[in-house]
Amino acid sequence: MTMKLHPLTLHQASEMLQKGEMTSEELCRAVLRRIEAVEPKIHSYVTVMEKDESAPDSGNAPSNDSLLAGIPLAVKDNIVTLGIRTTCASRILSNFVPPYDATVISRLKEKGAVLLGKTNLDEFAMGSSTETSAVGTTRNPWNLACIPGGSSGGSAAAVAADACIAALGSDTGGSIRQPAAHCGVVGLKPTYGRVSRFGLVAFASSLDQIGPLTKDVEDAALLLQVIAGYDPKDSTSLDVPVPDYRAALTGELSGKTVGVPKEYFVEGMQPEVEAAVREALAFLEKEGATIVEVSLPHTEYAVATYYILATAEASSNLARYDGVKYGYRAEGAEELIEMYRKTRAEGFGKEVKRRIMLGTYALSSGYYDAYYRKAQQVRTLIRQDFDRAFEKCDVLVTPTSPTTAFRIGEKVDDPLQMYLSDILTLAVNLAGIPGISIPCGFDDSGLPIGLQVLGKHFEEATILNVAYAYEQRTDWHKMRPAL
Amino acid sequence: MEYEAVIGLEVHAQLKTKSKIFCNCSTAFGAEPNHHTCPVCLGMPGVLPVLNREVVNYTIRTGLALNCTINSFSRFARKNYFYPDLPKGYQISQYELPLCEHGYLMIDVDGRERRIGVTRIHMEEDAGKNIHGEKGDSSSYVDLNRTGVPLMEIVSEPDIRTPEEAAAYMRKLRSIVRYLDVCDGNMEEGSLRCDANISLRPVGATELGVKAELKNMNSFKNVQKALEYEVKRQTRLLEEGGSVIQETRLWDADRGVTLSMRGKEEAHDYRYFPDPDLVPLQVDDAWIEEVKKTLPELPDAKMERFMAEYDLPRYDAEVLTASRELAVYFEACNKEARSPKVVSNWIMGDLLRECKGDDQEILHCPVRPEMLAEMIRMIGKGTISGKIAKTVFAEMMKSGKSPEIIVKEKNLVQITDEGEIVKIVEEVIAANPAQVEQFRSGKEKVLGFFVGQVMKASRGKANPTVVNKLLKERL
Repeated sequence: MTMKLHPLTLHQASEMLQKGEMTSEELCRAVLRRIEAVEPKIHSYVTVMEKDESAPDSGNAPSNDSLLAGIPLAVKDNIVTLGIRTTCASRILSNFVPPYDATVISRLKEKGAVLLGKTNLDEFAMGSSTETSAVGTTRNPWNLACIPGGSSGGSAAAVAADACIAALGSDTGGSIRQPAAHCGVVGLKPTYGRVSRFGLVAFASSLDQIGPLTKDVEDAALLLQVIAGYDPKDSTSLDVPVPDYRAALTGELSGKTVGVPKEYFVEGMQPEVEAAVREALAFLEKEGATIVEVSLPHTEYAVATYYILATAEASSNLARYDGVKYGYRAEGAEELIEMYRKTRAEGFGKEVKRRIMLGTYALSSGYYDAYYRKAQQVRTLIRQDFDRAFEKCDVLVTPTSPTTAFRIGEKVDDPLQMYLSDILTLAVNLAGIPGISIPCGFDDSGLPIGLQVLGKHFEEATILNVAYAYEQRTDWHKMRPAL
Repeated sequence: MEYEAVIGLEVHAQLKTKSKIFCNCSTAFGAEPNHHTCPVCLGMPGVLPVLNREVVNYTIRTGLALNCTINSFSRFARKNYFYPDLPKGYQISQYELPLCEHGYLMIDVDGRERRIGVTRIHMEEDAGKNIHGEKGDSSSYVDLNRTGVPLMEIVSEPDIRTPEEAAAYMRKLRSIVRYLDVCDGNMEEGSLRCDANISLRPVGATELGVKAELKNMNSFKNVQKALEYEVKRQTRLLEEGGSVIQETRLWDADRGVTLSMRGKEEAHDYRYFPDPDLVPLQVDDAWIEEVKKTLPELPDAKMERFMAEYDLPRYDAEVLTASRELAVYFEACNKEARSPKVVSNWIMGDLLRECKGDDQEILHCPVRPEMLAEMIRMIGKGTISGKIAKTVFAEMMKSGKSPEIIVKEKNLVQITDEGEIVKIVEEVIAANPAQVEQFRSGKEKVLGFFVGQVMKASRGKANPTVVNKLLKERL
């Protein structure tokens, strides 16, 4: 086998495995070798499985006839994996080995997928750059001095560097889409309730979703197919039938109306980003889509709304990390409150603490109505903006991020700046609608630019198809960083 | 100045569902520590709660039995605080929108009937247990078996006016939840817990006084005693010109006093917010109807019916319907015996003395209803006397044998044959000439002596009525 295997897409690898042109073992070994080669540069993994651990069921031919059988995948380290350390890139869970699998992991295992390892993230998924990870930041494979985006930076970088065939991430305010944009790969956040959250370590329960990060749109469709669907263990997952996502990839654009929200071309946006997105829109129009301008008037409140609701939920979700039952427990405390204080002071990083404090404040007696309740009400208005916009169009197309990847360390001391950069992705989680980011160009320094396609609730097939139509008529997805 | 007490009770009832409220773990008592746990009730990273429908059924049942409105839309909320027996660092409960509201129950104290309002009933999960180390062991141990066991919190309106009424309320509530088979209602074991809020105000005033919250009362008697103490304490305070401080006080049963917890407990801000992991609960009329069909005849209704149908005095009806098992026993027995008052007397007297009225004991009592009925019929037929029946009853309790067998084995059949009794009467008269003389000279009381002698000679089996008649004839 002289052909390089690690750059294969999921659908390419799957076809070769089905035809017997290679074995899963060969593929996994090739990817593990790639990991060895690039990890010192990009540091995308927290835990890499040993060669023999990573392919429990791989034989010469996949006994499982699923398209995912024998395919090596990476999983963000806030998704619980049985028997495999799950740290959330936090000191407080650095030694936590779960006794159970997340539902998405069970589903992948059922289909014969192979788990390569757990990827790096911002601590507890709180961040936009992977810089808050307790085990060090991940580097953007396109420019090692830059962030890969966050919080699923490890997964995005691993996909871009071919250090996995595909990956899973999680998205609460843009954490799949934004790193996908920064790393020039595909990232999809499903509709809230489309994919089970059981086993996703909760950050903001009403916003979190697990989704695929892949080398192309077809791969995203294939991976979504396996993980989507009602789960009785997750009361917020919906019992809505899962369509055939791959079959929906017709590439047909004629008859489609694309809405462009004017509020999404923000002040301070990098000119190359705006140019690339406008060019993509023009291209879509040329290929048969109708472009209309729409307005999402409450966009300016999205950041504030998000940072009140997400932190409020997080402050409660992270209360369980108290050193009593599992995870890190500080030494030297003489009584209970001291133990709690030391454990959480030592176990959590700065950003996590910042958000816990913000959230606690927003829920406190005397402030609840002005902050939490008010934010919930504004959330409804934001959702209604999207409902109204979708009366005029099938999908919305926007830039994913106002800028390309910034340099490591550039915004770490300015959390507010960091928060504002999420302006284009946050509202999507607040409304619960699905969104996908695909590459649509590069800036002058060679950093990838992402195009975001948004759809109505449960219309992943629609956004996948529009994304596919654009992708197949361009070459961005075939480009790889020189590592 | 005369003061009246204003009392409200907050009761937590542990529900008897097989599994916990948000996961499949068993709720069975007594397992090894941390054996009835799973990632969900342990609060591990990534887990999610899933509501046990039976818990909702039980709560709707209770709501209907307490005349509540069942809300068609209710929410779960998180109550946030840190404690080792609370694994998630929050308790899932209900706050702004509980499942049941605006109900009431009736209590009867010294013949006075009173209506006590029930403000709300909501569902929540129980916490685990902290077990503090014994002497020399400074560690505390956490057993999370109980985390996630379903609780119903029943809050009364501050309509209760005396400690006695409070105890009556608790007894009535216990009776109802046991009738419904939703809770064991055992305060000593902790399946029924009670906290009280009590304040005083001048008689006739409408504003509420400052209240104290009482905890740690583990029986109906203790609820009453604690409240009695508190009434005295607050009265004394107010009469001395002082004021009551709003605080939590613990009842110390050994010393018979309530003690302030002030300083040991900071005021908690629980930061309640709707739990985003659970969707709002929607209960439609069809669901409520389904549950309504499963409601048994409740204590008050049963009591009224017993009074009407069996012509029993209120006191009897109350005792017999205090527990469902006892009411079932009564009706099963009476069905055969067809003598409600007689059955009632035997149950209230002899049976409850032996079986202590505890519902489990009634079920396991060696004297089954049919056996008691049989015995009562034998009395009715004259086969045995009422006095002999006491012996038969005692033997039934001991051996579990039927009255027929016992009477046969012990040769206790009553002698009613005049011919037989006459022989004994004549023997006794012949043997006691002095007493005969006394009787004939006017001492009528001596008849009792003769009756006694005849009964003794016949080993209690002679029919007393016949004995009396024959003696009077012969003397």
